[in-house]
Amino acid sequence: MDFFGRLTLDSLPFYSAIAASGAGVTVLGGLSVVALITYLGAWKALFGEWLSSLDHKKIGIMYVVVALVMLMRGFIDAAMMRSQQAVAFNSDGYLPPGHFDQIFSSHGTIMIFFMAMPFLSGIINFVMPQQIGSRDVAFPFMNAVSLWLTAAGAGLVLISLVIGKFSTAGWTGYPPYSGPEFTPGVGVDYWLWAVLISGIGSTMSGINFLVTILKRRAPGMTMFRLPLFTWTVFVAAILMIFAFPALTVACVMLALDRTLDFHFFTNAGGGNMMNYINLFWLWGHPEVYILILPAFGVFSEVVAVFSQKRLFGYISLVLATMAIGILSFTVWLHHFFTMGSSETVNSFFGIMTTIIAVPTGVKVFDWLLTMFRGRLIFKPPMLFTIGFLVTFVIGGLSGVLLAMPPVDYLMHNTTFLIAHFHNMIIPGVLFGYLAGYMFWFPKAFGFKLNEWWGTASFWCWIIGFYLAFMPLYVLGLMGMPRRMEHYDIAAWQPHLIVAAIGAFIIFLGIVCLGVQLWVSVRDRRSALDVSGDPWNGRSLEWLTASPPAPYNFAVLPKVEAIDAFWDMKARGVAYVQPKEYEPITMPKNTLIPLLVGGTAFVFGFAMVWWIWWLAVATLAFIGGLVIFRSFDDDPDFTMPASTVQAIEDRRYEQLAKHPANEMADEPGYAGDPSPDPLPEGAR
Amino acid sequence: MSMASATDATLVHPGGSPETEEKAFGFWIYLMSDAIIFALLFMTYLVMFGNTAGGPEAKDVFSLERAAAETFLLLMSSTTFGMASIAAARADRERVVMWLVVTVALGLGFIFLEFSEFRGMIAEGAGPSRSGFLSAFFTLVGTHGLHVSIGLIWIVTMLAQIGMKGLSVPVLSRLYRLGLFWHFLDIIWVAIFSIVYLPGLL
Repeated sequence: MDFFGRLTLDSLPFYSAIAASGAGVTVLGGLSVVALITYLGAWKALFGEWLSSLDHKKIGIMYVVVALVMLMRGFIDAAMMRSQQAVAFNSDGYLPPGHFDQIFSSHGTIMIFFMAMPFLSGIINFVMPQQIGSRDVAFPFMNAVSLWLTAAGAGLVLISLVIGKFSTAGWTGYPPYSGPEFTPGVGVDYWLWAVLISGIGSTMSGINFLVTILKRRAPGMTMFRLPLFTWTVFVAAILMIFAFPALTVACVMLALDRTLDFHFFTNAGGGNMMNYINLFWLWGHPEVYILILPAFGVFSEVVAVFSQKRLFGYISLVLATMAIGILSFTVWLHHFFTMGSSETVNSFFGIMTTIIAVPTGVKVFDWLLTMFRGRLIFKPPMLFTIGFLVTFVIGGLSGVLLAMPPVDYLMHNTTFLIAHFHNMIIPGVLFGYLAGYMFWFPKAFGFKLNEWWGTASFWCWIIGFYLAFMPLYVLGLMGMPRRMEHYDIAAWQPHLIVAAIGAFIIFLGIVCLGVQLWVSVRDRRSALDVSGDPWNGRSLEWLTASPPAPYNFAVLPKVEAIDAFWDMKARGVAYVQPKEYEPITMPKNTLIPLLVGGTAFVFGFAMVWWIWWLAVATLAFIGGLVIFRSFDDDPDFTMPASTVQAIEDRRYEQLAKHPANEMADEPGYAGDPSPDPLPEGAR
Repeated sequence: MSMASATDATLVHPGGSPETEEKAFGFWIYLMSDAIIFALLFMTYLVMFGNTAGGPEAKDVFSLERAAAETFLLLMSSTTFGMASIAAARADRERVVMWLVVTVALGLGFIFLEFSEFRGMIAEGAGPSRSGFLSAFFTLVGTHGLHVSIGLIWIVTMLAQIGMKGLSVPVLSRLYRLGLFWHFLDIIWVAIFSIVYLPGLL
């Protein structure tokens, strides 16, 4: 028995200069973070206050950090593909095919699982409990375990750059190619275990969010008073709970095929690879809506605040969200119209796919009508929202086109499809999360992000997006297949060069985000958010301090209307300090979730390299940790009322010194919250 | 969390405190998610039922006697767990321990039978790598067996907790969720018996 399974020194990436430099950057990046923390002497604070924290706000922020790091990595992959294709006309370019395949596989995997999912979970974690007037999520310990399982998956993708290779089977890992017969190396196993481990985290997050929304709402916060962001989280959480099992099942079966010679998806031995493709997309299509619904929620919050109007058509937005949630389970086959289903089956899924555009259209009109006769203020989150509206509609139209099976037969597997789904996901998902990031940043850190750099980033993103992806629509119509490492058709090259320029402009957009963060931290004293309500907000998260106290709300708010906080401001009860406080119980910090995640990372690594003793040992250790934790009947601590009083006194002292409404000086300010917002019929 | 002793109400409706009620509710949701996993495994099994690749078919490898014995053991273990729950509602610690020990014994008997079934099939050349049909069979039934094994570890853990802490509110709350889990596995087994073993043999 080999002690290290199939892991040998040959697994290190010295076979190619590009692979070795990728590994070098990864290792140096890791080392420089370690060095920086040591230099700042921040190890103790890092472990004591962050890595061991069960506070939903800190967990949310850590999720977003993971997402932003992985956004860089995923973007580097994209830039390499765009530059390769720009030069690879009648030439091999600079990337050999095997390496190019790894890059498009890791780009998709990272962007979906380790950029979008953590960004989503991060924003939900930070915002949702505050929006419903809660002090935490329902299961804070499990919340931290979810975070560290996601980080473990991200770690596996990162380490595949240094030890061994990543998958070449695309982000969807279709068998039989991804099976043991055609792809025997460790690449697909890295993909499988990264996705599986983080997927379990996502399922648990879904349960956590759903129970939180159903059980932890403040008094008076009925379901139909929930802010729209929380509504979208509610539906996305249900989708997570019901869709992620399909991914788990598909991945476990593929792992069994690969490691124990099962025959689920093999060519011979009675396997059936169509089962994989059905299972994968049975998860994969709801996943699209898991990502995009909360982004729709962000847009709904942003558009109302920066139009200084109540959200138009609240009920219709809620119903549209639910309709999308249900319909999302009825369209998965449109991902493989060409794989031999009958015309009846294809027609059904084609029709369902066009129908799902209807509730989405309802939402677009609701957002437009919210802006109609509003007093718009063009802060960066609002710019991303408007950019989304225009761009997303174009992507939706190309989607309705692709929903027709005969059209899909022509477009399938071309760059037209690539253009379509990037046209949905970049404006629909990423713009939403970036808008959310800039919208809620002051709530998290107590100062606003620099607007100039945020605006610059927006313009780079949107111009770069159009330049990078509109040519791909044209190329798709010209017949260019996706994932080409080189080509010999001269007419394609100009479009690919434009696309590469677009990618470069997107890169500038990412640089602007970095500069924005740097400048904002440097100048934070001139952009402090003293009131906790930097945008004249409407929902309860703006009632808390910025950054919020550990308990969010010293006294749980009483909700009497939609736009609960706006209503409280209008009635003049938002900033009335209670006479006395009660002690507040909160979860103690613990390092067990971090240990679970770290051990899961080692377990994944052991499964990739067939180091069986280590896999058994790590699994037993995780079981032991869970059992150990279950013996702890006292996981909480209670903050005495006097401490709460002291924290709150300081906050009210500050509030007295500063104007509560930081937007009042803004040009175009539409006036303070009035007791009677425009009645529904007046619009 | 208070350490007050149990009442009937906490056990039947774990709404004794909002916290235990929330945990029970969350556990129901988890079970729904787990039920989807089993549903997909059942679907896969049905789709792959005929994919024997020239190897053994269901009627060649299944034994009705063994499946009946497994069913008997697991259903009995569900009953004995129910007795443990009743004893817990009466705060009768010794009876709870006794019934849980019986449940563990029955569960171990089930796992032993399943293990010997799997080992026998593999020895006969009817292992999971023989055909798609057998892959699906081993994965479906094995996943259930894995759940039962985890359930057994959980029961043993609860026995230790009862020994150390008595029937405190947190222990009763965990016992309630363990009960949900154990009965859930019973329902899954009934489906396995009716969808895998019976049609495979009749």
